[in-house]
Amino acid sequence: MLISIASGKGGTGKTTLALLLAAAHSNITLIDCDVEEPNCHLFLQPEWHGPEQAVTIMVPRIDSDRCNGCGACSAICLFSAIAVSGKSALLFDELCHSCGGCLLACQQNAISEEQKVIGTLMTGTAASHPGIHLVNGTLKIGTPSAVPLIRRMKQESLQLTGDILVDCPPGTSCSMVNAVKGSDFCILVTEPTPFGKHDLELAMNITHLLQIPTGVVINKSDAAAGDENIEAFCASRQTPVLAKIPHSLSFARQYAAGCIPVEFQGIAVSIWQQLTSEGGARA
Amino acid sequence: MKELVIVSGKGGTGKTSISAALAYLAPQKVLVDCDVDAANFHLVSGATIKDSYAFTAGFQPHIDDETCTRCGKCTDLCRFGAITAGVITSPLNCEGCGVCAFNCPKHAIAMQEKQAGHWFVSDTRFGCLIHAELGLSVENSGKLVSKVRHEAKKIATTDHLPLIITDGPPGIGCPAIAALSGTSLALAVVEPSVSGMHDLARLADLVAHFQLPMAVCINKSTLHQENTEQIVIWCQNKDIPILGKIPYSDAFRSAVQSGKTVLEIPESNVTEELTELWQNIAGQLNIPKSASGLDLLWQKINIFR
Repeated sequence: MLISIASGKGGTGKTTLALLLAAAHSNITLIDCDVEEPNCHLFLQPEWHGPEQAVTIMVPRIDSDRCNGCGACSAICLFSAIAVSGKSALLFDELCHSCGGCLLACQQNAISEEQKVIGTLMTGTAASHPGIHLVNGTLKIGTPSAVPLIRRMKQESLQLTGDILVDCPPGTSCSMVNAVKGSDFCILVTEPTPFGKHDLELAMNITHLLQIPTGVVINKSDAAAGDENIEAFCASRQTPVLAKIPHSLSFARQYAAGCIPVEFQGIAVSIWQQLTSEGGARA
Repeated sequence: MKELVIVSGKGGTGKTSISAALAYLAPQKVLVDCDVDAANFHLVSGATIKDSYAFTAGFQPHIDDETCTRCGKCTDLCRFGAITAGVITSPLNCEGCGVCAFNCPKHAIAMQEKQAGHWFVSDTRFGCLIHAELGLSVENSGKLVSKVRHEAKKIATTDHLPLIITDGPPGIGCPAIAALSGTSLALAVVEPSVSGMHDLARLADLVAHFQLPMAVCINKSTLHQENTEQIVIWCQNKDIPILGKIPYSDAFRSAVQSGKTVLEIPESNVTEELTELWQNIAGQLNIPKSASGLDLLWQKINIFR
């Protein structure tokens, strides 16, 4: 079973929940798709299986001897990644989407492709939790799009058996969509504030669009009006609230220190039970 | 005109709450919410939308079924697995590159501009706010960020306002890059957690990559004293000024619950620290800390325009 953990708003507790769920499982792979700011490894301190692998995309390479400056490549590039000045084409590779359109358009055979590194991939096993296998991706600083790296990490998951957790990036844009896509179930983590509710709604629109069964976990629960607003909203969307994690300063302090909080392990067990009965986990 | 962009790397460190407090304290400014895929600033500033605009960016293929012969050339050329013999089978995979359209032997595919979201101009308790809502599952969040920043600059110029306060997106990817480019000061709001510190380091690398001035505000500083001390040392080594330290306070949460900034609720216990933060920022940006007589006159003139 592939379970993604997402949220619209950042800092609601995606990583915390992913770690709690992983620690309550006997043998699981955790894929940290928040490649802009990956954090799971800080808590798991994994023993890495081999060196980091570079993840690359293909970008055009322009042979200036062959280029006659005709501008065909620039005219078809809808991302404005190629500009032509005088008799040479200039590439802005951070705008390139690797579609290969310019190769097809060039009549002079002046464009070939080369690899460009956009990040790295590492796999490892948690030192303190030998049942947790981590796939960690790190986006190279200054690279605008995390999507190719996230897609590559999701490909890794296709070769795996057993239960998989995907810790997703915050937001609702292309990175989040690509991280959530293809999962059997998505847990949206929210907090009982107007911010949490507003962004939960946006995130739920995405999981609905992707037709992924969704459940909600209320973190930093106040057991008061805040919770009720979220619960009423979830009820209106026929989406179950799987668990509530109480607002706890000691829990936040354990997280701050880099420990997987042990305080609410029972909650993780209960979420697994609900997921197993709902989705039929393979574990 | 100075542009202050509040960023964090990690989400949930308090960007919006601190931006809102600064909006309350700064005398004259335009406000921008650059977190276009999960905007929240309008929820604590009492925003009333005045104008709403559609935002188009990027393209999507439109196929003329009568002209298409289902030859399958588009399928062969599409690198994203989005199209099968003239049918967009996976619209979410489509990058809008136009390879299918430009290479269709029958010219059966046309690329059309894509509706990518909306942006809004609002009145708030603290002045004008520009925010946006990215369309469902579309790309181009960076372009929408650039758009709202551009509109805010226009308003600041027209109304002679010395400051733009920008609530930035989390992360270090496309929207964060678009929010930061060319800013007068990137203020990183960091929390003293291992995640917060790790993400601050990556954010600092990004800001250095674009050679922008950066300062730090430690939020929830009392959550973990040792980590707070480590951040202070780290900033000293990197020559990054710390402009404020805000202790952990449940008042932030109560304020959000009531749709206000933390400075507008009676139980606020962080007023002093936030005021000091604002004064340090104003000093760093070399702008007035409070409204002068002339500024007030301008405000009055603007009311009548």
